[in-house]
Amino acid sequence: MIKMSYREAVRSALREALRSDPRVFLMGEDVGRYGGCFKVSHGLLEEFGPERVRDTPLSESTFLGAGIGAALGGMRPIVEIMTVNFSLLAMDQIVNNAATLRHMSGGQLSVPLVVRMATGGGRQVAAQHSHSLEGWYAHIPGIKVVVPATPADARGLLLAALREPDPVFVFEHSALYGVDGEVDEAAAPEEIGRAAVRRVGDAVSLITYGGCVGKALQAADQLATEGIAAEVLDLRSLRPLDTSAILASVAKTHRAVIVDEGWRTCSLAAEVSAQIMEGAFYSLDAPVGRVCSAEVPMPYARHMEDAALPQVAGIIGAVRETLGSHG
Amino acid sequence: MPILTVDMQAGTLTAWRKRAGDAIKRGEIIAEVETDKGLIDVEVFTTGVIESILVQAGETVPTGTVLAIIREEAGAPVSVTPSTPVQPVPVTPPTARPAPAPPRLVAEVTGRVRISPLAKKVAAELGVDPASVRGTGPGGAVTREDIERAAATRPQAPARPAEAPDRQARMRQLIGAAMARSKREIPHYYLGTTIDMSQAMTWLTEENLKRPVPERLLAGVLLIKATALALREVPELNAVWRGTEAAPSPAIHIGVAISLRGGGLVAPALHDADRRSLGDLMTGLRDLVRRARSGGLRSSELSDPTITVTSLGEQGVETVFGIIYPPQVAIVGFGKVVERPWVVEGRIEARPVLAATLSADHRVSDGHRGGLFLAAVDRLLQEPERL
Amino acid sequence: MAGAGPAAPLPPVPLPVNREHALELLHQMVLIRRFEEKSAELYTLGKIRGFLHLYIGEEAVAVGSMQALSADDSIVATYREHGQALARGIPAGSLMAEMYGKANGCSRGRGGSMHFFDVARRFYGGHAIVGGGLPVAVGLALADRMQGRPNVTACFFGDGAVAEGEFHESLNLAALWRLPVLFLCENNLYAMGTALERHQAQPDLRLKAQGYAVPSEAVDGMDVLAVEDATRRAAAAVRRGDGPFLLELRTYRFRAHSMADPELYRAKEEIERWKSRDPIGLFTARLRSQQLVDDTDLGAIEARVATQVDEAVRFAEGGGWEPIEDLTRDVYTPVQP
Repeated sequence: MIKMSYREAVRSALREALRSDPRVFLMGEDVGRYGGCFKVSHGLLEEFGPERVRDTPLSESTFLGAGIGAALGGMRPIVEIMTVNFSLLAMDQIVNNAATLRHMSGGQLSVPLVVRMATGGGRQVAAQHSHSLEGWYAHIPGIKVVVPATPADARGLLLAALREPDPVFVFEHSALYGVDGEVDEAAAPEEIGRAAVRRVGDAVSLITYGGCVGKALQAADQLATEGIAAEVLDLRSLRPLDTSAILASVAKTHRAVIVDEGWRTCSLAAEVSAQIMEGAFYSLDAPVGRVCSAEVPMPYARHMEDAALPQVAGIIGAVRETLGSHG
Repeated sequence: MPILTVDMQAGTLTAWRKRAGDAIKRGEIIAEVETDKGLIDVEVFTTGVIESILVQAGETVPTGTVLAIIREEAGAPVSVTPSTPVQPVPVTPPTARPAPAPPRLVAEVTGRVRISPLAKKVAAELGVDPASVRGTGPGGAVTREDIERAAATRPQAPARPAEAPDRQARMRQLIGAAMARSKREIPHYYLGTTIDMSQAMTWLTEENLKRPVPERLLAGVLLIKATALALREVPELNAVWRGTEAAPSPAIHIGVAISLRGGGLVAPALHDADRRSLGDLMTGLRDLVRRARSGGLRSSELSDPTITVTSLGEQGVETVFGIIYPPQVAIVGFGKVVERPWVVEGRIEARPVLAATLSADHRVSDGHRGGLFLAAVDRLLQEPERL
Repeated sequence: MAGAGPAAPLPPVPLPVNREHALELLHQMVLIRRFEEKSAELYTLGKIRGFLHLYIGEEAVAVGSMQALSADDSIVATYREHGQALARGIPAGSLMAEMYGKANGCSRGRGGSMHFFDVARRFYGGHAIVGGGLPVAVGLALADRMQGRPNVTACFFGDGAVAEGEFHESLNLAALWRLPVLFLCENNLYAMGTALERHQAQPDLRLKAQGYAVPSEAVDGMDVLAVEDATRRAAAAVRRGDGPFLLELRTYRFRAHSMADPELYRAKEEIERWKSRDPIGLFTARLRSQQLVDDTDLGAIEARVATQVDEAVRFAEGGGWEPIEDLTRDVYTPVQP
């Protein structure tokens, strides 16, 4: 076990994949010479050469589509889209090709493509650069979506994604790249579709993912000082969702608050809430709460951005509300 | 009328390019059709001669309608074409597997009643213990209606005078809600008959002379026993409605409607009424009335009846048409025994007669069966010694 | 350009083709023609549903270009892909069954007319989003390059796709990375209902390649031999490792954009003018004038094609429907435990 940052963990996984499988290659904007916009692929071009680490022009649609074609042709491409914000330019290739080619061809094709994207806000980069659209991707049948929140998962889920025969979208919250954690570089890949309980509790289930896991844990720490033992469930995978883990937690705590950086309306939190309602209705002692981003394009000014994003105080407030007079 | 656009259901034939008698070749345009996308040419796929035109210019017809008859030329290349133009729907595919049910918790933490939040709230308001209520919701969950029904059939403890009006009002409300629902959801049909009670009353008088006063029988137990035995012959009136269909009850538990002082009604069960002697039934009935009026009924007695008998003879009512208590599927009503003119062998005599009625759920039984039931009651009451 | 009409008739030069090959080319074009005509008929009968885009008039493009491709080359096409699919050798019955929606269709009934796939023949669709197939073609070529395979990826698209960003991105990326993509632009002068000069500021489409340093050529798409010749040369260059090539095949569709199109946007006279250069008619006339084919040959071809089309319809009619229980099959690849 070594302590390393999230970005180092991703890099470690990329390096391991490039070394062990000649079919793997990385392509995206500034992944080579620049070393990656978030410095994730720093050094990889030097180590593996320009055939394996390819800088692309600013053509999201085409280089993601080329990733699809290369996957069809027997390669295992890792396409890096700088941020989820720019992935909108490639939505047609994602939804109409990556997610559908297997089905439209009657099962003849598989698209073993991995797409990595940075996501999330909180760095004052304003409305066009701060989206959290993981919920949109989780909506689409035919692809899988993972959201590692720790360095160990950043490595483990990426390696797992590379073993999938179908497209996997990996969302890396930009605020996590510098966060440190313990990583076992010999560990086996993680399993896609399994959530992890980050903190055991019995008063309320804080269900969250990605950049909000840390905030949920902080909220849980504070609540613990008041005698409220919150359980924190890190989803790790948004499609498929680990429904049984969600229901098991709620069966125990009887209360749930979902923390999701997407906008509240039609969010992933709404899906989790619906699943809890369907599967654990009779276990609930209170309505399911949601802490999400406010219904506003991300503002630039610091205090406004902070007000727009889910925060620890908001999570604590939601927990108190769900506990009602018990809290 | 060919299908020319994606969702086309009908088209207007605006013009014919050919007439009856014209020779036509495969690929030629034979007519023009107006669709929602505009005017589209109709080509013909055979070679031959137009025998007759069936649809005139200006007519709008559904797709698939024959527009013209073409006599195909012998020797003209005949292509294999499926015979009938159809709206293609796959031949009844096997019933689709329902969407996978959302995962449910298999086991509840012990001690937790499966009850909806709304029901829990109402239970608290009405002072009903959810654990004692049988749930009819999904997976046996206790619903608001279950709580209301339990409360409505639960006797009110003797209330302090100051409280009494509120409780009475609440109970009235609940009974009202249950009865309103019954009327709304159950398609009632009603049958009535007049029964000659002379045999029964004569026998009763003689029988009571043989009994000590505390053990004397009321006419009511004759009616209850006759009802119970008649149900053996028409068991579908002794069933429980389970949401989409009725399940027959193995036992016959007669709910006896008992009015409460201060208003309100309960109908606790006389269990296995068909198998008990009249004396036993009388004892049971006395006990039920006593406990109903003192608030000592058990909730199982309130939920066990498989049919209800209501008798308003004491109030002087001749005919009563009751409202069915769900989940029962019938209610029997008896009126007062009155002396009325009766035809006996062509002569008019005065006889004690009784109006017996049946209100029944038409989803479960029909008039024919209901009629058989009333006829059986009548028949049984003609031989009271065998009850 | 659209209103100007077809180019002048070709001068009568001796044909560099032997009789056997000529008959094969003719047979393939006639097969496409009759298959498409039958499909139109079946659509009006409600057997084929949704959208149906006929290839009638463009047969020379699919047939001629397919001669230059080997079994290991990949093909990406559009929703107007029946011609390419037949020329590639996908059985007509499998295609007809697909349009019927039957389980014995090439895509198991999941795709329909616009989504023919046949992996064994390296036929990667059947794409309904205009321009959507170009990036995929670039990727297939990239995979071949990276794995050292000397294959060409042939990418068919229409003049409409030239307006999409993906066209420009794909040419650029293919050129930048010297990928073996053969871009085949079937310019039939209309992007659905919009004539070329109304959607392209520069309607001479082959010139677009210059912006990406890609060699290009314009070809008379109604002349099957010209198409074959140009494609062979272009494919050879691509296979050599020179990078991508753009061929602009100037052709015309005699039928509407799709079955639902009343064709308000073009004049009937224009269609008639182009029909005088029907690729099948043109080729037949030239072969006759060189005594390479006679009526017996033509009769034999039509008869054989008629049988093939009949068998295709029978195959489709006889196919079964996929059970509804299988609805969510093939959304994800099953993983062997």
